[in-house]
Amino acid sequence: MLESAALSAGNSYLARPDSFTFMSLKSYVIARILLTIPMIMLLLTFVFLIIRVLPGDPASLHFEKNVDPTTLLAFKKQLGLDKPLLTQYFDYLIGLAHGDFGKSMQDYSPVSQQIFSAFPATLELAINATIIMVVLGVFLGAVAGRYYNTMRDHSIRIFGIASYAIPVFFLGEVLIMVFGIYLRWFPAGGRMYPGLTPLGLTINGTHYATGLYVLDSLLEGNWEKLSYAIRYLTLPSLALGLVLCGIFIRLTRSNMLETLQLDYVAAARARGLKERTVVYSYALRNAFLPILTMMGLQFAALLAGAVLTETTFSWPGLGRYLVDRISFRDYIAIQGVVVFFGLIVAAVSLVVDILYAFLDPRIRL
Amino acid sequence: MGDPLLDVRDLIVEYHSLRGCVRAVADVSLSLEKGATLGLVGESGSGKSTLGFSLLRMVPPPGRIVGGQITFDDKDLLRQSDEEMRRIRGSQISMIFQDPMTSLNPVKKIRDHFIELYRTHDERMTKEEAVSRAVKLLDSLGIGGDRIDNYPHQFSGGMRQRVMIGLALALEPSLIIADEPTTALDVIVEAQILELLKQLKAEHQLTMILITHNIGIVAEMADMIGVMYAGQIVELGPTEDIFEDPLHPYTKGLLESAPNIEHPERSMRPIPGSPPDLLNPPTGCKFHPRCPKVFEPCPLREPALLERKRRLVACHLYD
Amino acid sequence: MGVSEEETYGRILVQLLPRVGALRRRGLAGWAILAGGTIVTVLATMTLLAPWISPYDPIAINVGPLLSPPSSQYPLGTNHLGQDMLSRVYSGGAIMFQVSILSVIVCLLVGVPIGLFASYKGGYTDKVASLVMDSIYAFPGLVLAIAIAAMLGPGVVNMALSIAVVYVPSYFRIIRSQVLTIKELPYVDAARMIGAKTRTTLSSYVLPNVVPSIVAVATINFADAILTAAGLTFVGLGLSVATPDWGWDLTYGRRLLTSGAWWVIAFPGLMVVLLALGFTLLGEGLSELFSPRLER
Repeated sequence: MLESAALSAGNSYLARPDSFTFMSLKSYVIARILLTIPMIMLLLTFVFLIIRVLPGDPASLHFEKNVDPTTLLAFKKQLGLDKPLLTQYFDYLIGLAHGDFGKSMQDYSPVSQQIFSAFPATLELAINATIIMVVLGVFLGAVAGRYYNTMRDHSIRIFGIASYAIPVFFLGEVLIMVFGIYLRWFPAGGRMYPGLTPLGLTINGTHYATGLYVLDSLLEGNWEKLSYAIRYLTLPSLALGLVLCGIFIRLTRSNMLETLQLDYVAAARARGLKERTVVYSYALRNAFLPILTMMGLQFAALLAGAVLTETTFSWPGLGRYLVDRISFRDYIAIQGVVVFFGLIVAAVSLVVDILYAFLDPRIRL
Repeated sequence: MGDPLLDVRDLIVEYHSLRGCVRAVADVSLSLEKGATLGLVGESGSGKSTLGFSLLRMVPPPGRIVGGQITFDDKDLLRQSDEEMRRIRGSQISMIFQDPMTSLNPVKKIRDHFIELYRTHDERMTKEEAVSRAVKLLDSLGIGGDRIDNYPHQFSGGMRQRVMIGLALALEPSLIIADEPTTALDVIVEAQILELLKQLKAEHQLTMILITHNIGIVAEMADMIGVMYAGQIVELGPTEDIFEDPLHPYTKGLLESAPNIEHPERSMRPIPGSPPDLLNPPTGCKFHPRCPKVFEPCPLREPALLERKRRLVACHLYD
Repeated sequence: MGVSEEETYGRILVQLLPRVGALRRRGLAGWAILAGGTIVTVLATMTLLAPWISPYDPIAINVGPLLSPPSSQYPLGTNHLGQDMLSRVYSGGAIMFQVSILSVIVCLLVGVPIGLFASYKGGYTDKVASLVMDSIYAFPGLVLAIAIAAMLGPGVVNMALSIAVVYVPSYFRIIRSQVLTIKELPYVDAARMIGAKTRTTLSSYVLPNVVPSIVAVATINFADAILTAAGLTFVGLGLSVATPDWGWDLTYGRRLLTSGAWWVIAFPGLMVVLLALGFTLLGEGLSELFSPRLER
């Protein structure tokens, strides 16, 4: 019970498994990729319309007070905002195809530079939050399903619903207060102790770093940096992971209940198989695919939450960059970041869909 | 006559939910001698399956056994630890389920089912030994040993049920509970499976509880019949006696609703009404709203299970 | 004169109470509706009555010592501007309610007709609409809302519009999944056969059946709207300083954390959680009530 309508209406109209038992893997992949193209085009056009068309003129909006026409024109020229709308649109699309996300309104520097340097931080946060979200959600969901209709079950379900109702930045602030300021177990913000940036793998004097600090400190073999990286990473990942784990609790629980009710599970129990075998290798294995799909679906929510989390914890990622640019009214940069987010989400969802098709035994068999 | 193999006393099983409490099994007592077959008959919701599950202590939550006693082979089943109970399941008491398609793990080969079963109960057994035993067993059940590497969906319904029976018999249990073993099968296959069960019963001296809503099956297979309604036993006695002269109106109704070649005038009459809502059961005798012979005491008091004419029956007509 | 206020309330209660009893019997769903409904009603009432029950003017500064912890005079403490937190908590929900109500209305006005029409018509209309809606749905909600709100500027209406755009697809999908089932039903077919216009079929046949799911989605949507509104305020796209708003307190109270002033964010935060929770419970309960899943 208490299954959200969102769970059932979760799949896109190109509904997956049932309609693809007759399609081969290859044709599914091709169809899926082909579908992504119009979606991305729509996305790009949509963002373009919002930024360039909606307010009328992003350039004038950028200047708080009145600005003289000459400066405004020069400004527009620099950014290509003086051209007719259609030309702007095509420039925008072509630029994106070359990885050009526009020029910042503040100093005309390429936005892509900032995006690519800030992205690894967001990626690391997202990965860790996903780990916490899935591990916590699946574990609690399994317990709730196993102890169906007991106090354990009810309290876990309430936790699942309540955790989503907490704004992630509020939870972040609470965590900072309790663990950062009061208990001093974790730092209250930031990503790393100044001066301790991990260097990654060093070959012949050149550093090859992924930008993911945990990974980089491991590659460098520096345990001090590793421990710092983890400590800075903990609270933000925890905040983001906790708020989003609710849906995994629900998913795992309902999947467990369905599976545990299944005859072959009861039959296995009736043969005297160990409870642990029954629950884990029978029931949980069944939930694996839906959980994978859900991870893909939740990725967008993860990024949205990351924006708030990064701001709360002063985490130098893409989200904080976005918020930063808002206060500077740097609309082109905002456009660039939003487009980037959209592309990333589209890419991840494509990968997850293909992975799912690959793993679904109904398609494989 | 020694002690009965299975002795159930005043068993009560309840399901608690936020909506209320349902008594699926209400004060049921029965006993079974070694080698005998008991047929447990009743409509859906009569509690017969729950009773079967409680013998394995597998009542699904939110159900719980709240009272009574189950003695099996001189062991008090309700007092066994979870681990002890787990060891009993499959090796001393085993169960045959209704739908063999859904009762076998669809992603496991038959050989893996057997390996898992043998090795869970005897860790020292090797895989090869388990497989050779399984092959022998399946052979005796009419399934070629070469099919052991197949998946459940590659078998026909009847063969799947034979596999299930094989799994149930593999460890030579003393008691087998068959929950609607042929309901999911078509009539011809049903006949074959029943034949097989009869044969096995004779060969291995099996003690069996056959749970079904089809009273025709128990006529062939069972020595004793227990008729259940709304969680209670309303009539319990030797098969022939009950068939010849059913005492309880519900039993009569069941017999009359089944096709009967010998007495066509007596058959195919359904019982009016529907099974009671156990959240708000009728007062007194739970069958009274549907009973053709209802009279004053019926809505007032529950009839006690009394011995009449070589059987037990709970009905005010025979008080 | 006629009926006194107490009597009216009494009459309303008398009509509601038996329904409450019925709800209690509906198990977990009923409980969720009751709990959620109570929370929402209490908070709404509190916000409405704020002007009368607030001990101080929520935007007046220096009514008390700056940044003082909860005490008997200022039960929820004061913030860095010397504003009374209790009064701010009482009236802080107004913006949230306004924004969410407005965004839900917009969603209903836009999402429902599109959903009904596109899925009923089928064919290209449906495919195109679904493509557009899915693209929006797949996008990180808050980011999209940020993009729109950044361009539209501050204000209740603009916030509501930004949020509405993000959530229209949810309505669309629910309606679409319902319509797809309903439109195949015999009596709808019958209506088509006697030549009923699409508009009539939709409004008198399809719409009434879809209403329960719309209600359920809208209620859960309230919760999402509230959280998104709080998020927008947090990134600086909210309203001007003057209006009391829980989101505002949560945002600016953050700077005060290092000085240990936990009360500035704690109480407004708690209110936001409660309100979102209330709507979520209500919505979940309703959606379960209208489409119960078989459990044993």
